Amino acid sequence: MITKRIIPCLDVKDGRVVKGVNFLGLSDVSSPVKLAKYYSDCGADELVFYDITASAEGRALFTDILTEVASTIFIPLTVGGGIHTVEDFDRVLKCGADKVSVNSGAIRDPSLITKAAKKYGDQCVVLSVDAKRVDGQFRVFAKGGREDTGLDAIEWIKKGVASGAGEIVLNSIDTDGVKGGFDLEMLAAVCDVVSVPVIASGGAGCAEDFVTLFQTLPKVDAGLAASIFHFGEVEIPALKAELSRRGIHMRLR
Amino acid sequence: MIAIIDYGVGNLFSLRSSLSAIGQEVCVTGDPTLIHQAERIVLPGVGAFGDAAALLRQRGLDQVVRGEAASGKPLLGICLGMQLLLSRSFEYGEHQGLGLIEGDVVSMEPVVPVGYKVPHIGWNALLFPKDKPVSPLFRYIREGDCVYFVHSFYAANCAAHTIAVAEYGAMLTAAVAKDNIYGVQFHPEKSGAVGLGILRAFCEIEG
Repeated sequence: MITKRIIPCLDVKDGRVVKGVNFLGLSDVSSPVKLAKYYSDCGADELVFYDITASAEGRALFTDILTEVASTIFIPLTVGGGIHTVEDFDRVLKCGADKVSVNSGAIRDPSLITKAAKKYGDQCVVLSVDAKRVDGQFRVFAKGGREDTGLDAIEWIKKGVASGAGEIVLNSIDTDGVKGGFDLEMLAAVCDVVSVPVIASGGAGCAEDFVTLFQTLPKVDAGLAASIFHFGEVEIPALKAELSRRGIHMRLR
Repeated sequence: MIAIIDYGVGNLFSLRSSLSAIGQEVCVTGDPTLIHQAERIVLPGVGAFGDAAALLRQRGLDQVVRGEAASGKPLLGICLGMQLLLSRSFEYGEHQGLGLIEGDVVSMEPVVPVGYKVPHIGWNALLFPKDKPVSPLFRYIREGDCVYFVHSFYAANCAAHTIAVAEYGAMLTAAVAKDNIYGVQFHPEKSGAVGLGILRAFCEIEG
């Protein structure tokens, strides 16, 4: 039986991990390479790297770091941020990424999903969606959650999967940063309409939130979080042991 | 030296780094001379079976791999590379494989129950057949260890050579072996310490 996945997400800007981290025993806490290795060694099932760099110079630096990370860790690696063209897919896949996550780039040009899926296969294309409740509807937001696109999230996700997205990351803006648990209602609505893996993001505050997520929504495949892992509030080995104890199938070694 | 056969399919970055990480001298090549000089061979592959088999043939590498395998050199097929070792595939038509291990490559759609997503993507546990000794490929790992899979087709009709399966509503072939020829459906280069242990074991198998 396939295991549920626990995925830490690293936001990288100009070659450093942002949001800060406070692990014990790590001398350079904002080195993406050291952090990636730390997560890989402690049992993360996959890593997500987001490039939040604005400059071209920073982007080249990100490429160098990505190559170093990819040759250091031996678990699946997803890269997102600034992916607007098939050439962008090419650039990060050549550096050793396994999957590429699209968000604003796919909203601007939905054919990007189809083109990339044709070239690299559906399993390579991850559609990341930032969604928020507006007028009783789940609405897609772009530009890191700042811009209401007017798109209905459920319709957008259905369209994305039909175009070839092999996985969905659903980030609820409503629960993000609140640490009150994942957005079960929004996730359930998405799980109802797609047959590809769904990754829950936004809202995890403690181990119990992951237990609730997988127990309430068995169709969710993975839980993604950033700061609670970075700040050591939830440690991945303990989290996976607890989930396993509660009957959720985990990779423990 | 270990040769990773380059025949124009897929990204060999992770495979090369993982073998380097376990201290192997690696050569990514389509050159028959280098392949002949290598102590062991890895046949990788992603994408569609028909295209990959055609590319191997166009470059004459099907004969090279067959010849090296016949000489007793350890050979490891990974993912589509494992499927290519078998007799034939029914992925979009019928295609001939290298025929090094008897078996067919078929879609998992008819065998996995409703509710199981195809492709089979993610970490799944390796189970060893009860009627055989554990393969030397698994000397550094334990039954139940998880490895990373990404595939929609799987090897069938190869029970005699199956050395591991994974449960996904049905039992899917996870690894095969016959003499010096090994194949794994999963990606050891993406399977953390367990995957590296499998690669290390392969690198210690004598030809």
